Amino acid sequence: MAMQPFTALDAVAAPMPTPNIDTDQILPARFLKKPLGPGYDKYGFADLRFDAAGNEKPDFVLNNPPYRGAGIIVAARNFATGSSREAAVYALLALGVRCVIAPSFGDIFYSNSTKNGLLPVILPEEAVNRLLALLAGKPGTKLAVDLAAQTVTGPGDLAFRFEIDASRKMRLLEGLDDIQLTLKYRPEIEAFERAYAAAPFGA
Amino acid sequence: MSAPRTLFEKVWARHEILKGPDGDSLLFVDRHYAHEGSFHAFNALRKAGLKVRRPDLTTGIYDHYVPTDAARTPASAEIGDMITLFGRNVAEQGIRAYAPGDPHQGIVHVVGPELGETLPGFLIVCGDSHTATHGAFGALAFGIGASEVAHVLATQTIWQVRPRLLRISVEGRLGAGVTAKDVILAVIARFGANVGLGHAIEFAGSAIRGLTMEGRMTVCNMAIEAGSRTGQIAPDDTTFAWLAGREKAPKGALWDKAVAHWRSLPTDEGARFDRDLSLDASALAPMVTWGTSPEEALPITDRVPDPAAAPDAARKAAWAKSLDYMGLKPGMALDGIAVDRVFIGSCTNARIEDLRAAAAVVKGRKAVVPAWVSSGSTAVKLQAEAEGLDRIFTAAGFEWRESGCSMCVGINGDLLKPGERSASTTNRNFVGRQGPGARTHLVSPAMAAAAAVTGRLTDVRKLAAN
Ligand code: SF4
Repeated sequence: MAMQPFTALDAVAAPMPTPNIDTDQILPARFLKKPLGPGYDKYGFADLRFDAAGNEKPDFVLNNPPYRGAGIIVAARNFATGSSREAAVYALLALGVRCVIAPSFGDIFYSNSTKNGLLPVILPEEAVNRLLALLAGKPGTKLAVDLAAQTVTGPGDLAFRFEIDASRKMRLLEGLDDIQLTLKYRPEIEAFERAYAAAPFGA
Repeated sequence: MSAPRTLFEKVWARHEILKGPDGDSLLFVDRHYAHEGSFHAFNALRKAGLKVRRPDLTTGIYDHYVPTDAARTPASAEIGDMITLFGRNVAEQGIRAYAPGDPHQGIVHVVGPELGETLPGFLIVCGDSHTATHGAFGALAFGIGASEVAHVLATQTIWQVRPRLLRISVEGRLGAGVTAKDVILAVIARFGANVGLGHAIEFAGSAIRGLTMEGRMTVCNMAIEAGSRTGQIAPDDTTFAWLAGREKAPKGALWDKAVAHWRSLPTDEGARFDRDLSLDASALAPMVTWGTSPEEALPITDRVPDPAAAPDAARKAAWAKSLDYMGLKPGMALDGIAVDRVFIGSCTNARIEDLRAAAAVVKGRKAVVPAWVSSGSTAVKLQAEAEGLDRIFTAAGFEWRESGCSMCVGINGDLLKPGERSASTTNRNFVGRQGPGARTHLVSPAMAAAAAVTGRLTDVRKLAAN
């Protein structure tokens, strides 16, 4: 779970136009008990990627040669909704995905991804629809994502700006570990705790 | 006079230790619940060479991986190892944990409130998205990922960006046979599974105030299915009466002080929400999901929708995909769809009141498809047995299981077979949620009971009480 910084990325993008792709689909529950490490990529989208016999399903986008190994996913609304399983993020990273672009994300996934160096980019639905159409029409298209500039750019003059909280941006750019950061505030935490314990239930 | 504030703002302000340089806040955590799925966080802590800072403020509960058969036999060695590993982690860190055999073993979101560890005005986190359940008490409770769990274990604090505020008011009286589950399914169906994204929800209105604590927990539990990490309901006399005397609730003079504080928590008149939505309770019917997102839900009196009539192209494609997965055709009446199994359980709907509602339908009838009841906690199971509910279920042919997450997610091996269709009192009808290829229809406990005794999705209002 060591945090890898995210600065910029130039990579093939794969389209996933179905809304509400939940974290149960990104990492099915039966793989939650698996330890991190080599081979973790096998679990990502497992039931969408493989049939019951373990063969690749040809209709799944990441099995399609031009999109294989895509570093970016462009998805429809409410991507990674549902379960809080951070393992969904680990599975995406294991698959080589460092950025997901969507009109909206499950809130917990959004936060989990920023703690692991995976950049969630929120763009308006029209922009995402344009990207989805472009990627479906020209398989293998690359997009460039620049976190410092907060931009997504593509072929020709295709360019979008995205918003991200300053706190999340800073942590992603620097690959900061939250725990070490927080431990610097130890005196403040201890002072708070003393005052809080001295006045239970507000009085 | 200070400006009017919302319940959310009051609880947030009381826990804010400091504001970071980039606008997020460091918040103090009153209570953290851990379960067997927390192992990534314990590993991270160990790797960083850190100890749990406040083991007294974390409570461990065995739920996701525990077997629910009477002998509590793990479905595989790997599942057994997960249970053992959790035991090692909590023991090593000096955390109190409720294991099988303990009357308070059960699903974390049932057990926390039942112990009185969940209290109004608390900030509560757990590595589980249904932590919103505890908001039913006026706590600020939300699910977190493994990195955040590790952070809480190490520091007893959490960094959060303040969400926007959304109030959903449900006004009016619920009709007979219409329950808290139907309210929340109707809310999600009406406003969409992403209505709460980036927002904290407060559920308000006379229909919400009229719910019992069990019903309020069902509503807040599924805030996450409406897209929000947290759902809250203002604490009131119903809340206090439910909590009074619970094992970990304050006692004596401290109780009085606590109640006085809790009475100050509800949203002030005139406080501002970023968004306000409302729903008429009297118009609601028992609900059932027909697709693979909780927003794909309709009254049981309705029909499977036609993708051709979807409001936009994305939904048209999504509905067609859902119907294909669910094995349904547009125009079919929902009432009458044959099911293969029934599951009554989960942190959404396996509290005592849920079991009573289901038993009232089952009484004097027979289940015609395999049906399970897995109580939300061992304490609920024991209470149900004391009330004789277990005998109503077993006489009807139901399996009376031990407590755990069970078939809600199947992590412990309690799964549907591919293609099997269930009526389930759980919270997620996602593709593969109850097992690869499994088809889930979310319903209330009474509706699940009706499905068990008829073998079909059935409007429970048509079954006269026996
Ligand atoms: S019962 Fe289901 S939703 Fe609730 S905590 Fe367990 S797995 Fe999660």
